[in-house]
Amino acid sequence: MADQADFAEQAMEFMPSLYTAALRMTRNPADAEDLVQETYLKAYRAFHTFQQGTNLKAWLYRILTNTFINAYRSKKRKPEQTEIEDIEDLYLYRRLGGLEAAAAGRSAEEEVFEHITDSEVKAALESLPEQFRMAVLLADVEGFSYKEIAEILDIPIGTVMSRLHRGRRGLQKALFEFGMERGLVGER
Amino acid sequence: MGEDCDDAVHRLYDFLDGELDDKRRADIKRHLDECLPCLEAFDFEAELRMVIAQKCREQVPDGLRERISQALRHEPPLTPLPGPPPSGLGGGIPTL
Repeated sequence: MADQADFAEQAMEFMPSLYTAALRMTRNPADAEDLVQETYLKAYRAFHTFQQGTNLKAWLYRILTNTFINAYRSKKRKPEQTEIEDIEDLYLYRRLGGLEAAAAGRSAEEEVFEHITDSEVKAALESLPEQFRMAVLLADVEGFSYKEIAEILDIPIGTVMSRLHRGRRGLQKALFEFGMERGLVGER
Repeated sequence: MGEDCDDAVHRLYDFLDGELDDKRRADIKRHLDECLPCLEAFDFEAELRMVIAQKCREQVPDGLRERISQALRHEPPLTPLPGPPPSGLGGGIPTL
């Protein structure tokens, strides 16, 4: 059983990652701030149920995602797109010339990774349907394991894996489209 | 691309996520040692993921930390009730 007096000391350090996740979920700074504050209040009130020695960051994320799903998602008027089309493996790598580019001495990554901006990466992530966006965010930005993501989102591990696979490909396609718009990459 | 390549690409994310068992992990490592196209593709995916993680970080806005600290200070502390624990699922609502 965790003591509330220890809450601030233990939980406040996770605010930057919780805020990052909140902003990607709500896509709006004011909502993100409210979501983070509500998460901390709920976590404080429930802190006596937290088992010391288990993963506090994952516990906080679970409260964050539940709060988001219950409060913010229901505010939306029109239902969001919920599926991602089938996209091939290695979508971005292949579009950037793959091995041919590497053999020619200019690696595919150099072409894009140095030029793509923070706001393009954020917008690409935010373009994903919510369920995929959350899985990708938890895995690729926050580094949670499949098991932790399954617990945070309360879904089976197989579902985590399929959302990650589809979500990551969707993200690559969105990044490629941003790159095309800016003329960083061309269709081959 | 051969069968081994298909298998490697199929398991690419599980490999990069560190979610494979030792044997499958070793199989893929061996394949990557022998197959430059797959190695290049794996490197690309690994680097892409780092770029995404780096470029998605946000600064906590000025004032949010203080706002939350203040809100927490205004929360009444939850005092555990003395006496025997309430019965029933989840304890129910304590009577005062």
